[in-house]
Amino acid sequence: MSSNKDVLLSLKDLEISFGEGKNKFVAVKDVNFDIYRGETFALVGESGSGKTTIGRSILGITPTSKGDIVFNGKKINSNKLNAEDRKEVTRKIQMIFQDPQASLNERATIDYIISEGLINFHLFKNEKDRLEKVTNMIESVGLLPEHLYRYPHEFSGGQRQRIGIARALIMEPELIVADEPISALDVSIRAQVLNLLKKFQREDNLTYLFIAHDLSVVRFISDRIAVIHNGQILELAETEELFTNPLHPYTKALLSAVPIPDPELARQKKLLVYDINAHHYETDKPKFVEVKPGHFVWANGEEEAYYHAVLQEMHKKEVENN
Amino acid sequence: MTETTKNILDVKDLSVGFQVRGRQLKAIRNVSLQLHDQETLAIVGESGSGKSVLTKTFTGMLESNGAITHGTIDYDGKRLSDLKKDKEWIGIRGKEIATIFQDPMTSLDPIKTIGSQIAEVVVKHQKKSKAEAKKIAIDLMARTGIPNAAARYNEYPFEYSGGMRQRIVIAIALACHPKVLICDEPTTALDVTIQAQILELIKELQKEYKFTTIFITHDLGVVASIADRIAVMYSGEIIEVGTCDEIFYNPRHPYTWSLLSSLPQLAARGGELYSIPGTPPSLYKDIKGDAFAPRNPYAMKIDFEEEPPMFKVSDTHYAKTWLLDPRAPKVDKPSLIQDLHKRFLEMQDQQSTMDFEMGGDAVVIK
Repeated sequence: MSSNKDVLLSLKDLEISFGEGKNKFVAVKDVNFDIYRGETFALVGESGSGKTTIGRSILGITPTSKGDIVFNGKKINSNKLNAEDRKEVTRKIQMIFQDPQASLNERATIDYIISEGLINFHLFKNEKDRLEKVTNMIESVGLLPEHLYRYPHEFSGGQRQRIGIARALIMEPELIVADEPISALDVSIRAQVLNLLKKFQREDNLTYLFIAHDLSVVRFISDRIAVIHNGQILELAETEELFTNPLHPYTKALLSAVPIPDPELARQKKLLVYDINAHHYETDKPKFVEVKPGHFVWANGEEEAYYHAVLQEMHKKEVENN
Repeated sequence: MTETTKNILDVKDLSVGFQVRGRQLKAIRNVSLQLHDQETLAIVGESGSGKSVLTKTFTGMLESNGAITHGTIDYDGKRLSDLKKDKEWIGIRGKEIATIFQDPMTSLDPIKTIGSQIAEVVVKHQKKSKAEAKKIAIDLMARTGIPNAAARYNEYPFEYSGGMRQRIVIAIALACHPKVLICDEPTTALDVTIQAQILELIKELQKEYKFTTIFITHDLGVVASIADRIAVMYSGEIIEVGTCDEIFYNPRHPYTWSLLSSLPQLAARGGELYSIPGTPPSLYKDIKGDAFAPRNPYAMKIDFEEEPPMFKVSDTHYAKTWLLDPRAPKVDKPSLIQDLHKRFLEMQDQQSTMDFEMGGDAVVIK
């Protein structure tokens, strides 16, 4: 994680809704978080929780209904953004998609797929320069220059995902939204793709918004994690803090569901189920509170007091153990 | 593992080939496997390792260009490998050996109600009347954890979530009380929380209905809680088989080592994740020696020349690697996966705070 906390992207009171009037459906609400330059920020939740919707709204694919998305100090989710700024944002925020089978144009060569962005933005001097850029890119994702003249169907899932990464990275972006980039891949291929993403982060000081549902992978790759449920961020903390001191019952349920690859421990494991009706929010309304520096929870007054007590208890234990 | 190791299914020297554009693709090569009564056997391997093809032969569901080229499959006195026509499979496929597929979205009929899809199976296989079948179907729905089953009997698949649909697929599979249930990546398409619930459900139902489970997955993490025995497949062969504890704590084949090493739980944050170099061999070609040799950092000269036999490690544990030959140099498994249990224990201690009594705000099931 970068030591100087330079905010690259900031979401403020974001709400995203679909439909109008009676049919209005609020998919995401009250979302507040900052992503620092050079870090990997993970957004974890189940299907339907709104994690992909947030990712898409950052790219400007899904319109937002309330709140701000601020990128490099500029609000980017408004119609007033001028064409030049819009173009700039489009280039600097890139996406890697989940399904490598569906996200590549089957009828285009790899050469075209990777250089399409360059062509749209005229980011090369001449044909030779373009070819050089594309060749360098394909080599740095671990494929060969001769692959440029092939078509997507000739590649395996892992190779296709590398092509997807190359296509995003050739634009020299600052932020990459990676939407479940490895869930469609085999275990051994997963490792290759994750290592590749890490390599680029080290080399280019890239920032990732990593959208995932698998906490075991997220723990390995991310600096901070936000847990989202039903369009609401329920907990946000640094990775180790979240794993050692999970506070919100939903986070705990999610952690308990992660399979443990150890037969003895797996047999003893207790599965927790989140009961949304356990909260009493009728009079005492919840908000996103910082219960410990950097550790945020969605809680009402009563719960906040309780979480404070829990953290104190934990702290006491820790001191005793040392 | 059950005390009585009665074999319910016996596979001997099975090979399966596919005709693809005039070429022979060898998907399964000389696989032998015994399935013990009421156990849970996990078959683990990457895509293309043949784990799905192998189990498809148990229900005669190979694609039309595929065929068993060698070997036998025996089930309950019947030689399944000799059955050719769909007619001959009646009474076995679905009734005795049932399969649950990966994708609950596509394995249900979108224009039929949930209830009728279960009842239909009961009417066909158990020769019950429609009214009786409906009762049985609602009962099955309730047992697989569908709340308010009677009211949801007339709903359509699109009204169900992914996890609910998978419960229905399980209910359909269990409608005929099969002896063997093949679960082909039943949780891969589901969220982790739902995955945990479905695994729990399969375990409970197995106790109740006393069937034998074959569990196919590419994720070793998933099987630790559910498997009695594990068979690891690589490019069409079973390269190691043993009890769950043997495979996790005392793996012998370098490929099993690699699979365990690539578990994301083992990686240090900020470090590199272990990845297996290279790609699996093409199944069109004849494989000389050990199929894993080109990717194996421990490969010896003989690995490239001669196919290793199955070496016996214990009565329940076999591995197909020359490293177990008495003449081979002694090689320890990679340090990353040594003391696996101790390391996970430490990790869990760090997380022990999770068990901290939380005033009943999270419900413990089981």
